[in-house]
Amino acid sequence: MADVDNKALFEFLVRMGDNTLILGHRVSEWCGHSPILEEDIALANTALDLLGQTKMWLDYAGKVQGEGKSADDLAFLRDAWDLRNVLLVELPNGDFGQTLMRQFLFDAYHSIILGHLLKSSDDEVRAIAQKASKEVAYHLERSADTVVGLGDGTPESHRRMQAALDYLWPYVGEMFETDDIDRAMASAGVAPEPSGLRADYDALVGRVLADATLTIPEGKFAHKGGRNGYMHTEHLGHLLCEMQWLQRAYPGCEW
Amino acid sequence: MYAQMVKTASDGVKSREDMSPEEAAFQAKIDADIKIEPRDWMPEDYRRTLIRQIGQHAHSEVVGQLPEGNWITRAPTLERKMILLAKVQDEAGHGLYLYSAAETLGVSRDEMVEMLHAGKMKYSSIFNYPTLNWADIGAVGWLVDGAAIINQVALQRTSYGPYSRAMIRICKEESFHARQGYSAIMKMAFGTPEQKRMAQHAVNRLWFPALMMFGPSDKDSVHSEQSMAWKIKIKTNDELRQQFVDQTVPQILYLGLELPDPNIKWNEERGHYDFSDPDWSEFFNVLKGNGPCNTDRMKDRVGAWEDGEWVRDGLMAHARKKQARKDAAKIAAE
Ligand SMILES: [Fe+2]
Ligand SMILES: [Fe+2]
Ligand SMILES: [Fe+2]
Repeated sequence: MADVDNKALFEFLVRMGDNTLILGHRVSEWCGHSPILEEDIALANTALDLLGQTKMWLDYAGKVQGEGKSADDLAFLRDAWDLRNVLLVELPNGDFGQTLMRQFLFDAYHSIILGHLLKSSDDEVRAIAQKASKEVAYHLERSADTVVGLGDGTPESHRRMQAALDYLWPYVGEMFETDDIDRAMASAGVAPEPSGLRADYDALVGRVLADATLTIPEGKFAHKGGRNGYMHTEHLGHLLCEMQWLQRAYPGCEW
Repeated sequence: MYAQMVKTASDGVKSREDMSPEEAAFQAKIDADIKIEPRDWMPEDYRRTLIRQIGQHAHSEVVGQLPEGNWITRAPTLERKMILLAKVQDEAGHGLYLYSAAETLGVSRDEMVEMLHAGKMKYSSIFNYPTLNWADIGAVGWLVDGAAIINQVALQRTSYGPYSRAMIRICKEESFHARQGYSAIMKMAFGTPEQKRMAQHAVNRLWFPALMMFGPSDKDSVHSEQSMAWKIKIKTNDELRQQFVDQTVPQILYLGLELPDPNIKWNEERGHYDFSDPDWSEFFNVLKGNGPCNTDRMKDRVGAWEDGEWVRDGLMAHARKKQARKDAAKIAAE
């Protein structure tokens, strides 16, 4: 493996781990409230997979950081400006359609990047990708099917899915932004440059959304600021208030 | 468990002489421990009582997601969050098996859900109590799933085949839940003073509601006799409750927590712990809808069902379109 700057590697790892942490949290908010019992089970299953992946990414991030921090320390004791997830995953659940559209838009990206990480020069990254990519292939299959089913369902379900896509689409671009950290990862062979994944993404997403009879919005504008921590949405702070409350209120406990 | 006060759809046990030949043959099978299967002849009252009991049990699994779900987003570590999510996912799965078992008796899941939402079917009183601190999550697994297991282990021998098989499958997962719950509350009881306080508070609040899960005292339990004869019910409410107390008191003592009832005392002569009755007027109030969370629980479930209608309709409409396209393609090819 080529020499890797540990700081950049850490940033890359928390980007991966924070995406799954925050999305896993959002999905878990559905517990007991979904449209049908089978969906309660499926959503819990997705959240579980994502949290398992979070543990692997953040454990490794803590090791690379070298300050003796555990995955839990990183998940529960960083404030919003230190989180590195893309904005897309922190957006509120909205209705079931918005949740599944967000899931699909992320799953498509996630499956593509994990496919590349199977060839990472970093052994641990490769091992995590091996486990995660199988889970994510299933997430993608399920979210794509649901997007198609609801997009090409009743007039109401179509309208709701188009509204979800219109709302979420401006958050897609951030996943393919490439900065110095990404370039460092690419030159060390750890991870691909995100910008290079866009064509595959557009092909995949375009196919599914066409089957769903939905129209991709024309605007090219992309909200940014999550994966570099510069400017998250207002939603993230509230999510952290809830997620981190016990650890913050009763520091130093074992749970 | 989660079946309390299931009204038997008959008045009292018939004597052999009053039974029709079919009924007598049916009872003989039950007495010989031969399982009744969906296609076998069964008395209408047996079928209706079982629908109520299994349906109530299924609804309890589903509504039971709510008090535990209340803490999923606040679980203090990734591992605890995953354990809790997996447990709640299991409970939803139990709901599914039980609805399927009930469906073999000729009632659909949608019909049962509608009856629940209309207040015509019940779920266990325990889920009308709130989960107020993190130790409650441990206590629910330990006490609530623990109480459920005692009832369900007995029900593995129930006379109706699909119900008995569902119980066998469910019991394995329930004992896992109870063990995980106990290990979670152990961390709290042996933790900081604040954590210990949370654990004590949880045990104090949940003890009597857990005792109520077994239903009213035998002397007030009017529906038991026929259900026992049909082996829909295997042990009496008081027997099960005593078993729960005997198993749980040493666990509370091991945790170093105070007993939630000053009258708990080992009775050498009986070979059991003595304990106070729960406040039965509170129990009947909860059944009537006046528990601390009844209104919120039903609001959540009905809300989820209504908000999800467009999703169910959308997916159904898509499935129909897909089928129509397939059929059209087939005709075109011929
Ligand atoms: Fe149960
Ligand atoms: Fe259960
Ligand atoms: Fe359980």
